[in-house]
Amino acid sequence: MADALRLEGITHSYDGRVVVDRLDLVVPAGETVCLVGPSGCGKTTTLRLAAGLEPLQQGRVVIAGQVVADGRMDRAPERRGVGMMFQDYALFPHLTVAENVAFGLAGRPAEERASRAREMLEQVALADYAGAYPHTLSGGQQQRIALARALAPAPRLLLLDEPFSGLDTRLREDLRADTLSLLRRNGTATLMVTHDSEEAMFLADRLAVMRAGRIEQQGTPREIYDQPASPFVAAFFSRVNRLDGLVVGGRVSTPVLDLPAGDLEEGRRVEVVVRPEAVRLAPAGSPGTDATVTDVRTLGRASLVRLCMPGSGGREWHLEARLMGRDVPEIGSHVAVSVAAGQAFVFPDKSR
Amino acid sequence: MFSDTATWGGPPPGHALRRYWRRPRALTFAVASTVLLLSLPLLVIAAYVFVPAYDVWRHLAGTVLPDYIRGSLLLAVSVGIGTMVVGTGTAWLVTLCRFPGRAILSFALLLPLAFPAYVIAYGYTGILDYAGPVQSLLRSVTGWGLGEYWFPRVRSLPGAAVMMTLVLYPYVYLLARAAFIEQSACVIEVSRTLGCSPWQAFFRIALPLARPAIAGGTALAVMETLNDFGTVQHFGVTTLTTGIFRLWLGMGEAAAAAQLAALLLVAVFVVLMFERWSRGARRFSHSTSRYRSLPRFQLRGTRAALALLACFLPVLFGFLLPAATLARWTIVTSEYWMRPEFLRLAANSFILSAVAAGLAVLIGLFLCYAQRLDRGVGVSFMVRFATLGYAIPGAVVAVGVMIPFAGLDNWVDGLARAHLGVSTGLILSGGIAAVTFAYLVRFMPMALHGIEAGLGKITPNMDDAARLLGRRPVATMREVHLPIMRGSVLTAALLVFVEVMKELPATLILRPFNFDTLAVRAYELATDEQLVQASSAALAIVLVGVLPVIVLARAISRSRPGAGAV
Repeated sequence: MADALRLEGITHSYDGRVVVDRLDLVVPAGETVCLVGPSGCGKTTTLRLAAGLEPLQQGRVVIAGQVVADGRMDRAPERRGVGMMFQDYALFPHLTVAENVAFGLAGRPAEERASRAREMLEQVALADYAGAYPHTLSGGQQQRIALARALAPAPRLLLLDEPFSGLDTRLREDLRADTLSLLRRNGTATLMVTHDSEEAMFLADRLAVMRAGRIEQQGTPREIYDQPASPFVAAFFSRVNRLDGLVVGGRVSTPVLDLPAGDLEEGRRVEVVVRPEAVRLAPAGSPGTDATVTDVRTLGRASLVRLCMPGSGGREWHLEARLMGRDVPEIGSHVAVSVAAGQAFVFPDKSR
Repeated sequence: MFSDTATWGGPPPGHALRRYWRRPRALTFAVASTVLLLSLPLLVIAAYVFVPAYDVWRHLAGTVLPDYIRGSLLLAVSVGIGTMVVGTGTAWLVTLCRFPGRAILSFALLLPLAFPAYVIAYGYTGILDYAGPVQSLLRSVTGWGLGEYWFPRVRSLPGAAVMMTLVLYPYVYLLARAAFIEQSACVIEVSRTLGCSPWQAFFRIALPLARPAIAGGTALAVMETLNDFGTVQHFGVTTLTTGIFRLWLGMGEAAAAAQLAALLLVAVFVVLMFERWSRGARRFSHSTSRYRSLPRFQLRGTRAALALLACFLPVLFGFLLPAATLARWTIVTSEYWMRPEFLRLAANSFILSAVAAGLAVLIGLFLCYAQRLDRGVGVSFMVRFATLGYAIPGAVVAVGVMIPFAGLDNWVDGLARAHLGVSTGLILSGGIAAVTFAYLVRFMPMALHGIEAGLGKITPNMDDAARLLGRRPVATMREVHLPIMRGSVLTAALLVFVEVMKELPATLILRPFNFDTLAVRAYELATDEQLVQASSAALAIVLVGVLPVIVLARAISRSRPGAGAV
């Protein structure tokens, strides 16, 4: 089966400013791919290029094996068989919920339109609101209507632009789960854009991390979390500790860590990224580095512990640990710090 | 809330349609031509400032010019003060107090908007003149005869100021009321917790917060005052407007008339700047978006009666009394308006208004969509410039249209005579083209504002959503834009229609020979002191004028903050 979407060498600029730079991306049939990155990194533009809402300047867009845009030809959005849900939902205010959902079913018999719209509304549990107007519904309900409307014509590809950004945190988590099951049930290949890393991890089969118009890393959520290709990618998915170091004798040394430097040359400055949950604490005297607890913050299920340890030349090192459970050291106590194997990442320091 | 991607590297709005507009230059050119054409009268007037007409000016300056300026200035100041007091006072009473009849009065206070100032002036002249019912009653009660008692003359500058205040205060009322309602109850309540009494809260918080709106409404009323011709002409008050008429029609001094028009324009633009400035300041007027219905002070007994009276008197004198008078006269002159001639007048008015409204909406739609499709600021700026027309008094527009149109006609006629041996006559200035064009200059901005508001309800993402759900651009227009905008477009057309119906000075100067409208006939009959005969035409204008008041009242009742959202 052909991939639902292939973007090949896409480059796009507004008024001379490059926002998408030689981007390649594949959405396999039936999979959900999340394009994540900070605001302004070009992810929404990528989505719009795939939809045909923006004329392609350079590269190729292939949907379900058919080239729909290659710089010479550019198939109109209404002829691409693509569904899209917008950040502001863009529901039509003059149409009822049912009419909104049935909007993309024009050309089919009235009977079929009505039954398909009803089916989609049932899938999002809003069948009771068929006759209501969008502005009378809550934000979460509007989001589900927008999703139902995009899915109703059974598109070959679904595009989601920041689908949960307008909702509050609690609602967002509920809708995320609902959306995931809806996508699975319909088996629709999906390309979703978000700046929320947790959301991306939760929904995606594959992730593509984007930065300044380029894709920095692609892979499964696990791969990207466990083997980030850059400090940016590592830091995008959680708070991280950043330590600087030097390659000496083929190893990188910091007070808490001693890691193989891989193929980094001798004397090179490096950045070591450690996730807070990889930091392990043990009673003072156990194997590890001595540290003082300077602050403890309880987040409910987990706690954040700030640590301070002396380094060479009167320098202090600070580290943040994230501990699960209730067994948390007291402020001012001494502990032994170590880092879980394989959860610290070494990158050449490019800032200097 | 959703601005994240829109401000960050996102495409400008309108892209989905722009994609199919392949020649943006042609669009800019078309907008520029339209705006230039609509600015023609303004440019002509501006150009005439440099045409020497010293002799006329020396004569004017020595004789009537000081009178013109004094008349316009006195009127503007007194109407400004009058509308400010009446408009703000009534707005405050209906929004912040509770008394019997408040709900009905809050809408009834808009009714005087239906009256053009000259029509109410005709009504009161009939009521208050020597032969009118008031003085007749006075004489029959007291037995006094002619010249044996003093009675205020309605046909005077103060009389004109009162007439205009009666019909123009709703501008201030509307904006002040909106400002009082917009003010968050929290702001008022916080002032109470900080030790203000209800009265202090009004004077120290509510009134200063509403000041920009009050100033804006007053500026609109003053601009209408400067625009007025019918009232001052009927009352024999000399102002810049009547001066333009005298120079143009009476003395045939085109250059001097244009220069007087320029002087009037300067006055109007001073007021306009004031209005813009006050609108700019308004942005800072409320700092919180938490609304609750305002706490209203319950009035009882005498105070309630006084409040009721204060709000009822403007409605009585601004609408009920003159409307009833016109209605009574219309009934006793049925032999006049039941003739086919009256139907012809009504048809003329209707045709002119409908043509102007239709064209104004078409041009307004074109400019609005051009703004949506164009990414640059150039088009937007040009469209803003075209909206200045609403500030230009009708008499000024008329002079600015007549000069180039007549010139063009003479030139074409000359060419035709020289080369073809026939006279083409007055192609442009002789037909309804000139007067329609003047209406467009003056009232298209009104249509534009309404259409812009309607188009603003359609987000660019709605366009995109329709496209992705299988609609071509034309189908998107038909199925999304048309139904959403229909109401706004019709309202815009209605507003222009009614304004054209009421318009007097430009119609008087520019209408084709023997082409009379209701407004013109009312004016002519009133000039001949046949006020009773003028009543049917005047009443017809007022009745049509009530339509937009109803639309306005409905729009207000739907758009109160916190009362349902769209």
